[in-house]
Amino acid sequence: MQIYLPIAEVSVNAFLLLGLGGIVGILSGMFGVGGGFLMTPLLFFIGIPPAVAVATEANQIVASSFSGVLAHLKRKTVDLKMGTVLLIGGLCGAALGVVLFNYLKSLGQVDLLVTLCYVVFLGVVGGLMFIESLRALRRSKTPGAVPQRRKHGLVHALPFKMKFRVSGLYISVIPPLLVGLCVGILAAIMGVGGGFIMVPAMIYLLGMPTKVVIGTSLFQIIFVTGFTTLLHATTNYTVDIVLAVLLLVGGVIGAQIGTRIGVKLKAEQLRILLAGMVLLVCGKLALDLLLTPAELYSLGTAGGH
Amino acid sequence: MRLVLALLLLLLPTLPSAQSEEIVLGLSRNEVAITATFDGSDVLIFGAVKRDAPAPDAGPLQVIITLAGPSTPVTVRRKERIAGIWANADAVEIDEAPSFYAVATSAPLNDALSNTEDLRHGISIPRVIRSVGAPETVTDSASFTEALIRIRAGEGLYQVLEGGVDVEEETLFRGQITLPAALTEGDYTARIFITRDGMVVDEYETQIAVFKAGLERFLFELSRNQPLIYGLMSLAIAIAAGWLASAAFRMFQR
Repeated sequence: MQIYLPIAEVSVNAFLLLGLGGIVGILSGMFGVGGGFLMTPLLFFIGIPPAVAVATEANQIVASSFSGVLAHLKRKTVDLKMGTVLLIGGLCGAALGVVLFNYLKSLGQVDLLVTLCYVVFLGVVGGLMFIESLRALRRSKTPGAVPQRRKHGLVHALPFKMKFRVSGLYISVIPPLLVGLCVGILAAIMGVGGGFIMVPAMIYLLGMPTKVVIGTSLFQIIFVTGFTTLLHATTNYTVDIVLAVLLLVGGVIGAQIGTRIGVKLKAEQLRILLAGMVLLVCGKLALDLLLTPAELYSLGTAGGH
Repeated sequence: MRLVLALLLLLLPTLPSAQSEEIVLGLSRNEVAITATFDGSDVLIFGAVKRDAPAPDAGPLQVIITLAGPSTPVTVRRKERIAGIWANADAVEIDEAPSFYAVATSAPLNDALSNTEDLRHGISIPRVIRSVGAPETVTDSASFTEALIRIRAGEGLYQVLEGGVDVEEETLFRGQITLPAALTEGDYTARIFITRDGMVVDEYETQIAVFKAGLERFLFELSRNQPLIYGLMSLAIAIAAGWLASAAFRMFQR
């Protein structure tokens, strides 16, 4: 069934969008990522203008994250206190990121920078996580091995300590604020929620337990992407509500299924799957940069987007 | 004085003959409403040639129909390999390019229309695209225009339908142009030319309004006029959908 999207001004198959939303929703619920880094390129591929895809995707992430967070709240796997601290950093970062993005746009080549950003971050994050979870998986298979003690490094020496009961942490608020800030900046530049950076950052930098990380990540993504949606709607008029509804109907259902799958999997398995997926997207983007494209020319509205 | 009169008298019989054939037109529709389920649309353009005198002896009558969407400037970028990766390098701004353009003819375009007439009336696709200045660094600006035509033709936005117009008895003609689903709003200009020996005998121009209707119209207007409300509405829908899905799944589990 074809449906005409009023803002994107293209006609697309409604069931295709529902399906895409569903698949990305499952992944979102499983891994606590918004799924933007998967969905946005997919939307480009089916012919949605990039500006509309990025803005609408933000709106869809709000829905799937909200659906996911409710499931996690029931299980008490959301650290609201940590989420709020991350969010404060995240919103500041997002605002900074928008300024930076506009500056880079004035220099040109912003598309290339975004793709390079994706390749570098997805590559580094995916690679590190893959190696680490492989090691953890191997360790868990040899019984009797003592789990490594958490390192007491710089993170624990900083002032302004705060108790995060759900995460079982007593650390300074500075590292989570900084993590939030950095992810916020990147999220604004790359046009995604930033879950795929946030999740590993919380696990490896803050030492939070994986089960809590996903709910907490979803919690703060709701607000960051909600903020982004409003910014896009009021400044660029690029949020397509019809597209968003189709994607999020699939997305919210997918997120519920995904959350249930995620609970059944072991933390290491979850991490290795997420790492594999991140590396896959990274590889695809890197190939696009390296291989000779079929069409060297591209069209844009005058003045660039 | 007498000479001038004589000349005028000589010209007189030929003058009306240039105007002796006139287009009388009918359209299957003069507006296209884009609704939520819009999936492209056919526009049937038909008409007749009105004559005061018998048909002239010049070459056979040919009919050319064009339909053009609203024109906008377009930036065409070309990728180049820079330090091993493909990045946008040169860009050319094309001043005016129609968002949609179709030419339907009753004979191959080259037979139905001479080059000079094409230049004068702007009928073939390359003639309707206006590209004034390319930056000095770009030496082959023509290839950018070609790329624009190639990409839009691939999307069905630029069409050449040679033989797409039927002419009967040198009097009646009909042609059909299919509008694709991905259509932009605006006034579409339909032009009809009748030619003999590649020369334009008469020309007729009319408008087809293409506009969003119903829910599409409402949402589009809201997003432009009340962006904050539109944005908040999008968020509210997202939150509500997220909550509903979660509640529904909890029901299932019990």
